[in-house]
Amino acid sequence: MFRNNYDNDSVTFSPQGRIFQVEYASEAVKQGSVVVGLVSKTHAVLVALKRNAEELSSYQKKVIAIDEHLGLALAGLASDARVLSNFMKQQSLSSRLTYGRAIPLSRLVNSIGDRAQTNTQHYGKRPYGVGLLVAGVDETGPHLFEFQPSGMTQEMVACAIGARSQMARTYLERNLDKFADAGREELVVHGLKALKESLAQDKELTVENCSVGVVGVRGEGMKAIEGFKLFDGQDVKQWVDMVAEGAEETAEEGMDVDS
Amino acid sequence: MNHLPQAWGRPRDDVYGAYDHAYLQNGPKQHTQSPAVTGTSVLALKFKDGVVIAADNLASYGSLARFTDVKRLRKFADTTVVGFGGDVSDMQYLDRLLNSLDIEEAYGGSSHTLNAQNLHTYLSKVMYKRRSEFNPLWNQLLVAGLDGEGKPFLASADLLGTTFSSPSLATGFGAHLAQPLLRKVAFDEEAAAKLTVEEAVEAIKESMKVLFYRDARSLDKYSIAVVTKDGIDLKQDEKLEKQSWAFADQIRGYGTQIN
Amino acid sequence: MAMFSQNPLMNGPNYSFSQTPSTAAAGNKEHSFYPYTDNGGSTLAISGNDFTIIAGDTRSTSGYNINTRYSPKVFKIGGTTSSQDDATLVLSVVGFAADGAALKERLDAIVKMYRYQHGKPMSVKACAQRLSTILYGKRFFPYYVTAILGGLDEEGKGAVYSYDPVGSYEREQCRAAGAAASLIMPFLDNQVNYKNQYIPGSGEGHALQEREKIPLPRNEVEDLVKDAFDSAVERHIEVGDGLQMLIITKSGIEEKYLPLKKD
Repeated sequence: MFRNNYDNDSVTFSPQGRIFQVEYASEAVKQGSVVVGLVSKTHAVLVALKRNAEELSSYQKKVIAIDEHLGLALAGLASDARVLSNFMKQQSLSSRLTYGRAIPLSRLVNSIGDRAQTNTQHYGKRPYGVGLLVAGVDETGPHLFEFQPSGMTQEMVACAIGARSQMARTYLERNLDKFADAGREELVVHGLKALKESLAQDKELTVENCSVGVVGVRGEGMKAIEGFKLFDGQDVKQWVDMVAEGAEETAEEGMDVDS
Repeated sequence: MNHLPQAWGRPRDDVYGAYDHAYLQNGPKQHTQSPAVTGTSVLALKFKDGVVIAADNLASYGSLARFTDVKRLRKFADTTVVGFGGDVSDMQYLDRLLNSLDIEEAYGGSSHTLNAQNLHTYLSKVMYKRRSEFNPLWNQLLVAGLDGEGKPFLASADLLGTTFSSPSLATGFGAHLAQPLLRKVAFDEEAAAKLTVEEAVEAIKESMKVLFYRDARSLDKYSIAVVTKDGIDLKQDEKLEKQSWAFADQIRGYGTQIN
Repeated sequence: MAMFSQNPLMNGPNYSFSQTPSTAAAGNKEHSFYPYTDNGGSTLAISGNDFTIIAGDTRSTSGYNINTRYSPKVFKIGGTTSSQDDATLVLSVVGFAADGAALKERLDAIVKMYRYQHGKPMSVKACAQRLSTILYGKRFFPYYVTAILGGLDEEGKGAVYSYDPVGSYEREQCRAAGAAASLIMPFLDNQVNYKNQYIPGSGEGHALQEREKIPLPRNEVEDLVKDAFDSAVERHIEVGDGLQMLIITKSGIEEKYLPLKKD
């Protein structure tokens, strides 16, 4: 990035109609490790690549469970994501308290979108430096939403954000038509394959650097949901093995659509 | 200090006389201390695939039959009917509140709606909040409709924020006169789940008639609604049929007394 | 203070719903809004060696009316799902039902947030302390409820904490609360803590030896609870319809429902 006179705050347009602070915030998203999300008719899945800042440190948390029916994956500033996820947790609890209802996903995502937007229009405020993928189910089925620091939100069929996420997106675009009817396991494997595309040359998917979040519907109505569950460590081995080098072919054949 | 902690910190009765609570009744800010124009009973009964709810069209001012065409059943979002007993102006306030809630929910064009259960939770919070501010909404409400799974839902909320649910419910005078009759046809949930719509409507109409015979603040013009998954069938100008006043002859107090 | 007294001689028949003060202040009498009511019913909790049972009847009353025959007073607290499958704590509330529901929801939200922030369930001890501060926070406009909190302590032993409406609390072996508390509690003293039970022929007066206290097994405690409620139903008009029992063990919370007399 080059310095210019129009990037000192997030309320001033450049003569070209750009708000540089917001664009810089989007760069922060691209610095974060990649996360992938995708939906079928029955499930929504988040997979994330975890990084550790140094050999001695723990891995950064990438997937957060918000409520029974939804969770998120983040790319960018984890601390900003925590602020947003705390807010989302409060909104979800408040909906359950006042209406006895699981908050509809679109409404929750709109509320963080509105929050992020105000940061781009008030002097002295800073945009959130984080992008989110929000996956969950509500009365209208499974959903995946993308959130950007600009306050932009949109519903996606599949999405990837973060470092080198273009490779993952290419995979998702190529396999787009397989997702809608994919089963739970199949969807997770597609997610991991997309994630794998984005890996740096010398990196591999391991149980240490993978996080998976799954949520889905089992039948009619909100009572019959498979609540958002976060898988880490040994719990992701089953899937990591399926996309591991060499296991590729057998996995493809043995991959049944679970009922 | 003596051995009675209850007396600690209070002026001694034998010196100052008993504490005068009178000022509490005339504090500077006056909230509603009693209802003004009131509606009487609301009755409701669950059946196989829905709920029947009824209330007469009278609003009384004390013992004066003040308004004879007041509709006390209110539709919400084609899924729910709320029946109001108690203060009519508070009912009209709640009606406006529900209108704005309906608009808020429909905003954004999402297909999410509040079901009867959600609406009851919301209304009970409103009632409880107002009672906690010592400024109650002087009503008892019955909420009839379907819950999140499409099963019949019927519950009550009152001016104290108390809530309960039952196969049959009746407010005010109806709790004494109609509830025993309704419990005869629907003793428990299993019995209610066997009732047909015709049986349920018949039981409610009979109860309305008994109430008109014995409740001095009632009217033979009433509203009745049937809520099923097919929608709401609300009739607001019904007249009690097949009244029999033969019994009145035998009772001293009806009409002119000759002996 | 009449409201704290259960002595019939002071207050007349002592129905819990006689809410108008029996002695009115001098001067004009006005009817003003009274923000409380009593919805009757009773609760009971007993802790065992590796379990806790909390039970309550399911009747809800207004005066002589029965509002409903099924209105639970015992709730699972702090699970991550709406079905509360993974909850570890149980709260029972009896008294003014609207306050009870509000208290339950507040505590549940707090325990849920604790779990979200700390990544582990709240201990009973911590939750008990927190519940006390919640109740005391409304010291001058109290939640008009008698609460009992149950769970398993850090050693896996059954734990029961009982409260008064403004937050005084202590850990106990067993506690009955609500309309029939005065009927059930003495029975519990005798049958759980073996009060007034002595070893036959062990002496006279102070020389009498108390019957040895042994931790009761789960099935016996369940029977005690049933007997306690059957008796309470017989003698108290506000208790009846159904008995809901939550049994907390290390493998989760089991729920049992038994019918009671509906008269």
